[in-house]
Amino acid sequence: MVSFAGWEMPVMYDSIIEEHRAVREACGVFDISHMGQVFASGEGVEEWLEGLLTNEVAALEPGNAHYTFMLNEEGGVIDDLILYRLGDEDFLLLVNASCIDLDVAWLEKHRKGEVKLENESSQWAGMAVQGPKAAEVYTTITEGRTLPTRNGVDDLKHEGERLLVCRTGYTGEDGFELFCPAGQASHWWKALMEAEVKACGLGARDSLRLEMCYPLNGSDLSPQRSPLEAGLGFFVALGKGNKGDFMGSEILAKQKEDGCAERLMAIEVTERAAPPRPGYPVLDEAGSPLGVLTSGCLSPSLDKGICLAYLPVSRAKIGTQISLEVRGRKISAQVVKKPFYRK
Amino acid sequence: MIAPTDLKYTREHEWVRLEGEIATIGITDHAQEELSDVVFVELPDMGDIDKGSPTAVVESVKAASDIYAPLAGEIVEVNTDLVTDPSKINTDPYDTGWIFKIRITRPDQINELMDASSYTGMVS
Repeated sequence: MVSFAGWEMPVMYDSIIEEHRAVREACGVFDISHMGQVFASGEGVEEWLEGLLTNEVAALEPGNAHYTFMLNEEGGVIDDLILYRLGDEDFLLLVNASCIDLDVAWLEKHRKGEVKLENESSQWAGMAVQGPKAAEVYTTITEGRTLPTRNGVDDLKHEGERLLVCRTGYTGEDGFELFCPAGQASHWWKALMEAEVKACGLGARDSLRLEMCYPLNGSDLSPQRSPLEAGLGFFVALGKGNKGDFMGSEILAKQKEDGCAERLMAIEVTERAAPPRPGYPVLDEAGSPLGVLTSGCLSPSLDKGICLAYLPVSRAKIGTQISLEVRGRKISAQVVKKPFYRK
Repeated sequence: MIAPTDLKYTREHEWVRLEGEIATIGITDHAQEELSDVVFVELPDMGDIDKGSPTAVVESVKAASDIYAPLAGEIVEVNTDLVTDPSKINTDPYDTGWIFKIRITRPDQINELMDASSYTGMVS
């Protein structure tokens, strides 16, 4: 068990590798009750969120969700989150556990007009059910329902209590994230265990997301780095539709025009060596420092070291040979294309 | 958890098998269970070592753990089989999963190690 944003959470139930494989090959469940639920509603809420988030809120239809960023004035990442549109003027921001207080304070500070904000994080439990068998599992545990389409949200009732189901995830597999009032959590967890879904901890969550190059806020994302530097411009709707200006957009527009000096690059270890870990130095072929790993692990699917680091664009391109420094020794590595893992 | 009675143990979850002046060292069944999937072992160089100094590194998917020398002496052999199959530490911690051997120079330090029942008491 480890402390994580005020929660005691398991790194693994039995084995990170077995939990990782269960998600890639069948189905696993992560307890994500730590994540935050902030509801935003009322007149003008769409326009208000449009000014605070990077993705295009107007393009999000009710009953759908998308990945987006909340930035500071300097274009740095406060949080990465999933925005659910539950109705025309009814949204849910699903945020990182470690950022709940910061996010709510930021949203309150910039709140406008009739917009209503409710932080219900402590009242909700959540489970991420992930893997090729997730759709089948959903039908089993709901006695016949089918999942919404990719990024679709179903706002349901179970035994009179609200149940939110979204076909999203953080593993690169098909799957869904289910949120229910905390009192209903044991019902759903038991149903998943009866359906032979494997309980998975934070360790497998990290190795699965890293194989897909999905960023972890606080490691790969920070208030000092923009989503463009993180290589996540796809979720930044600069100049799209009626998006207009948003928090941090001026800096991002300038970065887009001038190019970023550094980018978050994917690095693969090319020899049999110690697994890469966050904090290890990255060196060029001559041994000069290039950066520091923000994430790293031994990929259970690929059986090699995989990692991420912000590296100077001019000195680290896809294919560039580099090395990592592990306890004073150099190990060979290479900048590679994202993601590490493809089906 | 298994802790054979013919071995000595440390608080850092290493086991020691004494055969004359040679001490064979590995990590306990309890330690391998806690670490889970061992994926890499950094073996020490041959030569003198002080008691308590970090000597080898055992890495699981999630974390790196230092292995300390339980006794002073000279490292005389390392288990190179672990380079190709580090999972031996999980599957056979007390036999083929051994990590290094020390020719001990301070036999009096043996008395500072725990027996199996003390170790089992400590971890349970």
